[in-house]
Amino acid sequence: MSARTAAAPARVARPVSWRRPVNTGLRYALLGVILIFAVFPFVWTLAIALTDKTAGGSIYAFPQSLLPSRVTLHNFVDVYRTFSLGKYLWNSVVITGLTVLGTLLVSALAAYPLARFRFPGRGVIFGLIVLTLVLPGETTFIVNTLTLKNLGLLGTHAGVVLPTIAGAFGIFLMRQAFLAIPAALLEAARLDGASELTILTRIMLPLTRPSLAALGIFTTVTTWNAYFWPMLVLSGAPDKAPLAVAVLKLKGQFNYDPFNIAAGSIIMMLPVLLVFLAAQRLFLRGMEGAVK
Amino acid sequence: MQVHWRQSLMSYTFLAPALILLAVFTFYPLLYGAYLGFTEYSGARFANHLPPQWVGLRNFETVLGDPLFRTALANSVKYLLVVPALQLASLAVAVLVAKNIPGIALFRAAYYVPVITSVSLAAVMWEWVFNREGTLNWLLRTLHLTTPEAAFGWLNSEQWAFWAVMLVTFWRGFGYYMVLYLAGLQAIPEELEEAAILDGASAWQRFWRVTVPLMRPTILLCTLLSTIAALRVLEEVLVLTNGGPLNSTYTALMYVYAKAFQGFDFDYGVASAAGLVVALVALLLSALNFRFFHREEQA
Repeated sequence: MSARTAAAPARVARPVSWRRPVNTGLRYALLGVILIFAVFPFVWTLAIALTDKTAGGSIYAFPQSLLPSRVTLHNFVDVYRTFSLGKYLWNSVVITGLTVLGTLLVSALAAYPLARFRFPGRGVIFGLIVLTLVLPGETTFIVNTLTLKNLGLLGTHAGVVLPTIAGAFGIFLMRQAFLAIPAALLEAARLDGASELTILTRIMLPLTRPSLAALGIFTTVTTWNAYFWPMLVLSGAPDKAPLAVAVLKLKGQFNYDPFNIAAGSIIMMLPVLLVFLAAQRLFLRGMEGAVK
Repeated sequence: MQVHWRQSLMSYTFLAPALILLAVFTFYPLLYGAYLGFTEYSGARFANHLPPQWVGLRNFETVLGDPLFRTALANSVKYLLVVPALQLASLAVAVLVAKNIPGIALFRAAYYVPVITSVSLAAVMWEWVFNREGTLNWLLRTLHLTTPEAAFGWLNSEQWAFWAVMLVTFWRGFGYYMVLYLAGLQAIPEELEEAAILDGASAWQRFWRVTVPLMRPTILLCTLLSTIAALRVLEEVLVLTNGGPLNSTYTALMYVYAKAFQGFDFDYGVASAAGLVVALVALLLSALNFRFFHREEQA
């Protein structure tokens, strides 16, 4: 970074010409078109959610429907009351909360010895975890459903959560974080008579808080949005479904009241959007894909 | 020596939760699922606690002889067309947002929002776009490409539903790959780009002659991820069209899912066999991917 800054004055200046402002303008125009493609569905959904449906307008009256003349929050109240949105919201919170806690706990515990200890079988275990990244998972959901049924967990939140919490992504992310902590620190703690559990909870975890936060945030977003697996596990228990599954039922429920559906969608999107805005650097750094 | 022994015990204690969960929910289903592909195993057998019954290759004969599966597999392979479009667009967008011009952070963030959108929400929103009275038809009408009488619902069209579903995959994916490409681009020394500019290379030439060759490892990774994801497409189809109209969006994993969990009796054996066929195709495609990019590298 500093080398690049230092080299800047020596850089050959590009010939100034009429092309420059045209290029910049073109660049922004292109960026704008892609922006519309990316966010138009959200903008429209928000507009519908805020529209006063008693005014009698159609959501399809373009482009007026993008700028509702009478704005209201009534749709949010309406969808919350009539669709018992609170119940599904709570299910989403429980499933996401349990998944995040479980993932952090299991990943950190597994990553610690992989990063810090030498023990027989370490290479094999490491290889097995890497293997999960490339193995084909086409039929996994069938057998897992049967396993959950046998365990009496089909149709429960635990059934949704348990199969998803141990994964290579979390374990490797935490292992990387543990490896970055200087060994001298651990030696000092051991000489002071600290147990391994104390070292993990008092030194390792506080020092790797950024990685724990990152893992927690990625897991939150993935779990909150997950559709297929919770739909499958909870197909016999619709009352336990999270919002991502329930939102599709909104259609039948209200004789397709688009205003309520839009309001429900915004409620579902909002938490994820806030998490993303607060931690966008994390997502835009590409770490998620780098480990996957 | 004693320390060593204690360390091993400690290691396995810490690893136990992860190992047990991986064994039960990742490795066991893989092996057992492969076994089920060679057995007769139905919902009724499972409910009556009867074990799967070995039938050899019969399920594979059933699957490969089933016209629905052939349609489904063909659709999944056809879905791979999204890969080059998605990768080229993502790389181009990454190049576009790589330069730090004012407001670029906003664009990057906005392009990523579809990635963090649930597939079910995407379905709700895009159905409005694809609707007979939706924005897509409005746009085409405004551009004088169609007439109001010719409007149709894109997801109800046997000819177009497939491409509409694919567009949603594209929409949810380009921000994701953009970020991966952006990371790769930032690792390219700026001097190379400047040298090319000095040599009078146009932006088009610089993209194809400098950026693309240097980004080959990232392109391989992204293409691989995207190929496997495209072959396994299921969620978008489930929430947007449920395989219709007239099976035009029925994909291979949709077949696996439907055999296992829909219909009069659940057929886990046939479903697993179909899953194995898809896995085999995925493996072949991955190998092809590697070969293709590897050969190019040597050339």
